[in-house]
Amino acid sequence: MSDNIEKKVSEPLLSKKRKQLVSNPMDTDNPITIQVLGICSALAVTIALEGTVIMALAVFFVLVLANVLISAMRNTIPNRIRIIVQLVVVASLVAVVDQVLRAYAYEQSKALSVFVGLIITNCIVMGRLEAFAMGNKPWDSFLDGVGNAVGYGWIIIAIAFVRELFGAGKLFGQQVLPDSYIGNGFFATPAAACIILGLIIWILRAKSGYVED
Amino acid sequence: MENLLNIFVRSIFIDNMIFAYFLGMCSYLAVSKKYKTAAGLGAAVIFVLAITVPLNWLAYNKLLKEGALTWLSPEFANVDLEVLKFIVFIAIVAAFVQLIEMVIEKFSPSLYNSLGIFLPLIAVNCSILGAALFLPTRGYDLAEATTFGLGSGIGWFLAVVSLAAIREKMAYSDVPKPLRGLGITFIIVGLMAFGFMSFQGFKLPF
Repeated sequence: MSDNIEKKVSEPLLSKKRKQLVSNPMDTDNPITIQVLGICSALAVTIALEGTVIMALAVFFVLVLANVLISAMRNTIPNRIRIIVQLVVVASLVAVVDQVLRAYAYEQSKALSVFVGLIITNCIVMGRLEAFAMGNKPWDSFLDGVGNAVGYGWIIIAIAFVRELFGAGKLFGQQVLPDSYIGNGFFATPAAACIILGLIIWILRAKSGYVED
Repeated sequence: MENLLNIFVRSIFIDNMIFAYFLGMCSYLAVSKKYKTAAGLGAAVIFVLAITVPLNWLAYNKLLKEGALTWLSPEFANVDLEVLKFIVFIAIVAAFVQLIEMVIEKFSPSLYNSLGIFLPLIAVNCSILGAALFLPTRGYDLAEATTFGLGSGIGWFLAVVSLAAIREKMAYSDVPKPLRGLGITFIIVGLMAFGFMSFQGFKLPF
């Protein structure tokens, strides 16, 4: 659908500006480390890699589709009730994700518990809908959704990698450190996720030179 | 009664919304720069949680749960609308927040000026929807659900006010430049969460 519309305009499908829509959120405009969005799930679901990857995929699906749908409807949504419209679209997509997880990955869906449902109020989704999809074309919104979802995904996967490796000596449930390694309970606590995220932000900002007042 | 007290204390300290579940972190980080705004949003969260949790409890137990519609007619005993719970919960929260905003604006302009700007933020605060989503798994009755909502709100208030107080003091500290703002705040939150974890060792006497 969106491809057909794009062919009529002169801007190439993957112009430089559009590539930046995808690449910026992964690095210099990262939703977690710079925009400070979607923190709740980043901290709560990252205890093991498997659940985290599923969470990243779920957010990818919801964010990209919600961005495209809202962008396609942006001219027909009355401004005063836009939040409710956005919430209903997102909530429907999340209900789909939840049902699929229950059907095909029941154990993981139990482990993620309320956090799948909380994608609805994940600020990344609402933030991108408000800030981008309400004012841009579907294809641009699609790219923006992909960029932000991947930017979110790689940060939470990085946190989960550190937490599972040092917390249990495992990756994806497989033992990788020698059997003599005793799991460090500190990394299994949610508090550790906060501190690891703080350190990741420190490293990224030291590299990019971004300073907050 | 003892059970209610138990749930109340648990939801404030042990199962604290911020430090145990990390719910409502976005607005938690965004408003905790100043003590005054933190207290304002905290009060609004207590208020909204204490009312929307019982409302969502009613919606879940009288509308959505399998067999919940039997109060209408026994024929509905097999109807299971649980798949709709996300949409119903978020609609109740968003509609309620909008309603409250209008009521407060009409009847108490002074309260509106102090709370009003925070109310729209609350509709997308994860702690409100999170509290509602905990309901199906916990099997509370109405009084317990209300206590849980109130206690969770107070726990959130406590967390946001204490972080804001620390961050105000932090203004005088010499933090490494890239760590300023968000980075150091996360580390503080992590340390505070450790502090709150000590409550987990408590055995409540009832």
